[in-house]
Amino acid sequence: MDKLVEIRGLTVDFAQGGRSIRALHGIDLDVGAGEAVGLVGESGSGKSVTWLAALGLLPGTASIRGSVMLDGRQMVGAPRSMLETLRGRRVAMIFQDPSSSLNPVFRIGRQIGEALGLHRGLKGAAAEAEAKRLLDRVGIANGARRLRDYPHELSGGMNQRVMIAMALAGEPDLLIADEPTTALDATVQAQILALLQEIRHESGMAIVLISHDLGVVAENVDRVCVMYAGRLVEEAASDTLFDRPRHPYTRGLLAALPALDGPRTRLVSIPGSVPEPWNLPKGCAFAPRCGEADEACHGSQPPLVPVNAAERVLCFRTRYFPDAPASQPQPVPALQDAAFREAVL
Amino acid sequence: MTAPLLEARSLTRHFVVRQGSWPASHKALLRAVDGVSLSVGKGRTLGLVGESGCGKSTTGRLLLGLLDPTAGEVLFEGQPLAKAGSADWRRQRQLMQMVYQDPLGALDRRLKVAEQIGEALEIHHPEFSRSIHRDRVAAAIEAVGLQAHHADRYPHELSGGQRQRVVLARALILQPRLLVCDEPISALDVSIQAQVVNLLLDLQHSFGLTYVFISHDLKVVRQISHDVAVMYLGRIVEYGGAESLFHAPQHPYTQALLAAIPSVQQRGIARPTPLQGDPPDPAAPPSGCAFRTRCPRAVQICAEAMPALRETGGGRKVACHFVEPDAAAGLAAA
Ligand SMILES: Nc1ncnc2c1ncn2[C@@H]1O[C@H](COP(=O)(O)OP(=O)(O)OP(=O)(O)O)[C@@H](O)[C@H]1O
Ligand SMILES: Nc1ncnc2c1ncn2[C@@H]1O[C@H](COP(=O)(O)OP(=O)(O)OP(=O)(O)O)[C@@H](O)[C@H]1O
Ligand code: SF4
Ligand code: SF4
Ligand SMILES: [Mg+2]
Ligand SMILES: [Mg+2]
Repeated sequence: MDKLVEIRGLTVDFAQGGRSIRALHGIDLDVGAGEAVGLVGESGSGKSVTWLAALGLLPGTASIRGSVMLDGRQMVGAPRSMLETLRGRRVAMIFQDPSSSLNPVFRIGRQIGEALGLHRGLKGAAAEAEAKRLLDRVGIANGARRLRDYPHELSGGMNQRVMIAMALAGEPDLLIADEPTTALDATVQAQILALLQEIRHESGMAIVLISHDLGVVAENVDRVCVMYAGRLVEEAASDTLFDRPRHPYTRGLLAALPALDGPRTRLVSIPGSVPEPWNLPKGCAFAPRCGEADEACHGSQPPLVPVNAAERVLCFRTRYFPDAPASQPQPVPALQDAAFREAVL
Repeated sequence: MTAPLLEARSLTRHFVVRQGSWPASHKALLRAVDGVSLSVGKGRTLGLVGESGCGKSTTGRLLLGLLDPTAGEVLFEGQPLAKAGSADWRRQRQLMQMVYQDPLGALDRRLKVAEQIGEALEIHHPEFSRSIHRDRVAAAIEAVGLQAHHADRYPHELSGGQRQRVVLARALILQPRLLVCDEPISALDVSIQAQVVNLLLDLQHSFGLTYVFISHDLKVVRQISHDVAVMYLGRIVEYGGAESLFHAPQHPYTQALLAAIPSVQQRGIARPTPLQGDPPDPAAPPSGCAFRTRCPRAVQICAEAMPALRETGGGRKVACHFVEPDAAAGLAAA
């Protein structure tokens, strides 16, 4: 597969209250043309910052080092004008909360029109026709009328589609979708994800899907990257990762999922919480919470090493639990109310 | 059977909104909550699910008396909610608390954890001595599994799960009987979600708390709820025991909702094609059944008559023309 994006050693420091806080500790990550990559990990682990840094969207308090090659062009330190042309045209991003990215005082049509003018030089009737086509493409009926609506006149799901329509306006090669469906119910979420897949298959657009919902990621991507405390800790093909997670953090995440059927059991959570970025442990950042940690883990930082051609894991002890199936929570006897309470408590 | 702790009878809340763009705009009536009846027994949990904008939060606020109903009433411990500002109202307020979605937004950034948690106690119990106050705060901190040293931290110095615990401690310090949790876990990642869900179950076990649990996350709703109400456009369309409702949903919307839950275990298994169309505009709902614009089973009658919420046996209630009511339940009601 052709490499579309190649991130190497990406480091981000934020200047905060007179000190410098490292949010990313050297990320290496590729996205192939047409590929769908999932990005999961604890809140604050650096999922959004990785892509905001890559696209030059972080504030001036951030200092960025490393390399982000998009189709052979260096993005880090590139002049603003070049970044602006690439953003939207080659890479588009949809943000978690549509109400924060759509401007409430402008009609939908004007906002899509602006994107079309900027990225494809379309104006007037041509822009309007294309805007209508895009709304139709994302499944909004009655596009001509909707172009005259303001964001607050549309439902959450429709606004999310408008965001996708705007992102598609530049016919990008890569779409970064940051929690694109979090606020939506499962039926609307399924519609939006199906739409993204369809566009990907038709146009060969690559997708990076950032989500807390492991089910959403599992069903929609080819490859998954797991982040923890500003580092990539595991990377594998989706099936491999969900069937045989290797990193103790990934295993912990999967073990914490409530099941959708079968007996209800007490959820298994990872003990403790994420270390503060300014107070990271000396060794492995996961060591204070890791059931497998030994002395070496507390002493130095494990490297991200390939386990095989398709898997990389950042853990000293990976070799001790190779190819084991995901840990299953212990089922308890069939239950209703009282029995359930007993079982989970 | 003892009286439920919380009961809502035909709860209704309408909003007047402006429709369309100037200059063609006009006023319209938005039926955010339209005749919702439910009851929750002491020590039990009712899960409330449904699409964005179907009226879950509005229902939650009505249940707590934070919003006045257009029609219908709420009974708490068998008594109607007291008039705002009265002494009874203040007593009731302590017993019913809301836990909001965004812990950072719900907390005051300038107050340390102990001050946040103690604030409500000071308002409701100014008569408490310093030492009682301190003991109560310490007990609340312990009850939610925070450590004593967290007391001196500011909200931004805590993790997401810890912040959510502070919000819970603050609600618990008044020793409430009912908590309405509005999307309490949606900003958290799965391992922290698991911590909070376990904590809610533990608190229910220790203190006999009653919950109304509003969430988009159906897996978590199943985990925590005894009963579940599924809402669509301001109305309950299906109601039943969690285990049986998740196992055999009867309303076409519930069926679509459950079929659409993405899952790690079931990835790759072919799913029914997602529903077509968008949820309708709540200010201009379709005639008849509100779900008919997206329902795969809709026929003529669905556009003509609104289906009533009817017993279908085993405590289940469903509002659909094509779900047979339970004959026995029908007779009993007659
Ligand atoms: N503008 C900023 N200034 C200072 N710190 C920042 C800024 N943006 C992000 N951070 C910090 O960088 C770290 C990574 O944040 P990021 O937003 O990438 O997390 P995330 O993995 O996307 O989390 P979530 O799942 O909550 O969206 C966090 O510690 C965050 O507080
Ligand atoms: N103060 C208000 N004025 C006008 N309309 C309102 C008001 N509050 C709520 N609404 C409308 O009532 C409907 C129900 O809103 P509500 O917030 O209860 O939905 P919800 O089910 O909680 O949705 P979500 O899952 O997105 O939180 C929505 O259409 C909303 O726009
Ligand atoms: S390196 Fe050690 S502490 Fe870190 S994840 Fe692996 S086993 Fe756990
Ligand atoms: S009443 Fe008709 S439209 Fe409504 S849910 Fe039943 S079949 Fe579908
Ligand atoms: Mg983020
Ligand atoms: Mg809500």
